[in-house]
Amino acid sequence: MTTAAVARRPRNQLLPALGMIAPAALGFLVFYLYPTLRGAYLSFTEYNVLGSPVFVGLRNYVDMAQDDVFWNAVRVTFLYVVLNIGFQTVLAVGLAVLMHRLTKSVLIRGSLLLPYLIANVVVALLWFWMLDFNIGIVNAVIDAVGLPKVAFFGDEAWTVATIAGVNTWRHLGYTALLVFAGLQMIPASVYEAAAVDGAGEWRTFWRITLPLLRPVLVLVLVITVTGAFQVFDTVAVTTAGGPGNASRVLQLYIYEQAFARGHFGYASAMSVVLFLVLAGAAFAQMRLLRAGESDLT
Amino acid sequence: MRTRITWGRLLAWVVLWFFVLATVLPFYWMLRTAFSDNQALAAQSFSLLPADLTLGPFKRVFGLATPEEAMAEGGSGASLSFWLYLRNSLVVATAVTVGQVLFSSMAAYAFARLSWPGRDAWFAVFLGALLVPPIFTSLPNFLTIKSLGLLNTLPGIMLPSLFMTPFAIFFMRQFFLGIPKEIDEAAMIDGAKPWRIFFRIILPISAAPVTTLGILTFINTWNDYFWPLLVGQTEESKVLTVALGVFRSQTPQGAPDWAGLMAASLVAALPIVILYAVFGRRVINSIGFSGIK
Repeated sequence: MTTAAVARRPRNQLLPALGMIAPAALGFLVFYLYPTLRGAYLSFTEYNVLGSPVFVGLRNYVDMAQDDVFWNAVRVTFLYVVLNIGFQTVLAVGLAVLMHRLTKSVLIRGSLLLPYLIANVVVALLWFWMLDFNIGIVNAVIDAVGLPKVAFFGDEAWTVATIAGVNTWRHLGYTALLVFAGLQMIPASVYEAAAVDGAGEWRTFWRITLPLLRPVLVLVLVITVTGAFQVFDTVAVTTAGGPGNASRVLQLYIYEQAFARGHFGYASAMSVVLFLVLAGAAFAQMRLLRAGESDLT
Repeated sequence: MRTRITWGRLLAWVVLWFFVLATVLPFYWMLRTAFSDNQALAAQSFSLLPADLTLGPFKRVFGLATPEEAMAEGGSGASLSFWLYLRNSLVVATAVTVGQVLFSSMAAYAFARLSWPGRDAWFAVFLGALLVPPIFTSLPNFLTIKSLGLLNTLPGIMLPSLFMTPFAIFFMRQFFLGIPKEIDEAAMIDGAKPWRIFFRIILPISAAPVTTLGILTFINTWNDYFWPLLVGQTEESKVLTVALGVFRSQTPQGAPDWAGLMAASLVAALPIVILYAVFGRRVINSIGFSGIK
């Protein structure tokens, strides 16, 4: 296409093109490329924002390896990702299949998407209220049926699961709609053939829907896992990392090191690690995607 | 046989409606709490209607209640200026939406429909920015905004997303690629220059994707918390999400002003809900595609 276009249109449109990408290029260079390089450099320095960065080699990374709070943050973040993505993906696939089989109602899809469009902060506060130990509606119901109340945000055993649950609630509809879009790409003839062969709903789901959905599922997982690793808002406005360090996720710890303690170099080093974890997770999932394509055709 | 299928479908409908209700009812609870007297919430924790219906929480949020009135309904008595935060959020989200959509569309046009050396390579480089997580660029961007002297100003909050996002360029480029070539070729034979073609022909016929992108950008900017938390800490520069976080931490440990908090949350959510009510179908239909986001 490009060669044909050039042949028909020999004029070089470099000048207008440069003018048109100029603002975007400025934004890209100043707020994407430069900070990426600078962040990588800062991770090898000691820098408290006031002076100038002092090169310290790998010391931040060595410190990190010996920092218990960092390792705890890694554990908490992984636990959160596993719980959040686990619940969310299973429920979203179920919900998407239900919608696909039952209805095309825009109202239903629209309602399910609503939480995703509302700010994390608002969603977090709403659930902070509903799950309140003393007078929240959820504990009022638990109490009324005779079970012991649960300190959802205050009990170490519950806090990560609670935050994972709140964000599952926020992202469920969005994830389900992504899967739903994938389901619509599966040709109806496949299902008709399965019905002719006498396959039931259950069997059709496991043998046809799920395998054909695999590439879409992996794409959905890459998106949602990348987002989940960067959880911050919900934690920051509810538990602020507590009780103790029970919900101190990686991004919150990075934020605190940089802005509460002025350890910019150390915080940069930790965000390098988070970046690498994200890249690794995405890469691993893309490998799965390629494996998925082979049994499609 | 027939009954079995019907029962199965009935069960499926019940499950689907369970999810719909579980999604919608918490919003009703927010609404119900926002019109309640905070002092009465504990005694009426089951009531589906507001506890002692009152506009008090909204008055507290907008600083219209005297400290005595606020205390009487269980507020903290601290004065809030949500008008200011609401204005800040509106200014930031509107400016970012206009700037990002315009500049990203211009760049997307150059990437999709102009021929110039290095075009595809540059596009790949721009798109590469998708891989860098926001936290990674946020710390150095904070330093940049600081050295520009823009900490705690609205331009400081806007600037990093004012010019482009890789997603916005990708989104518009996809659409521009699908416009038949004959359209700008005809204009070019008539002697029109690329700028003119872009503003007079391409942009007007792209109203639909531009609107969709604009809505998505507005919602994202409106909801953003992390970046404005870093660079907008003063009263004059706080946006709604940041103010909400502070509001929550200001409430005394003993008896939080839940009603006030829910009223404030409602104020923060309402513009998005209205936008969604008007443009809902467009947002829903964009989901499969914006999946790369």
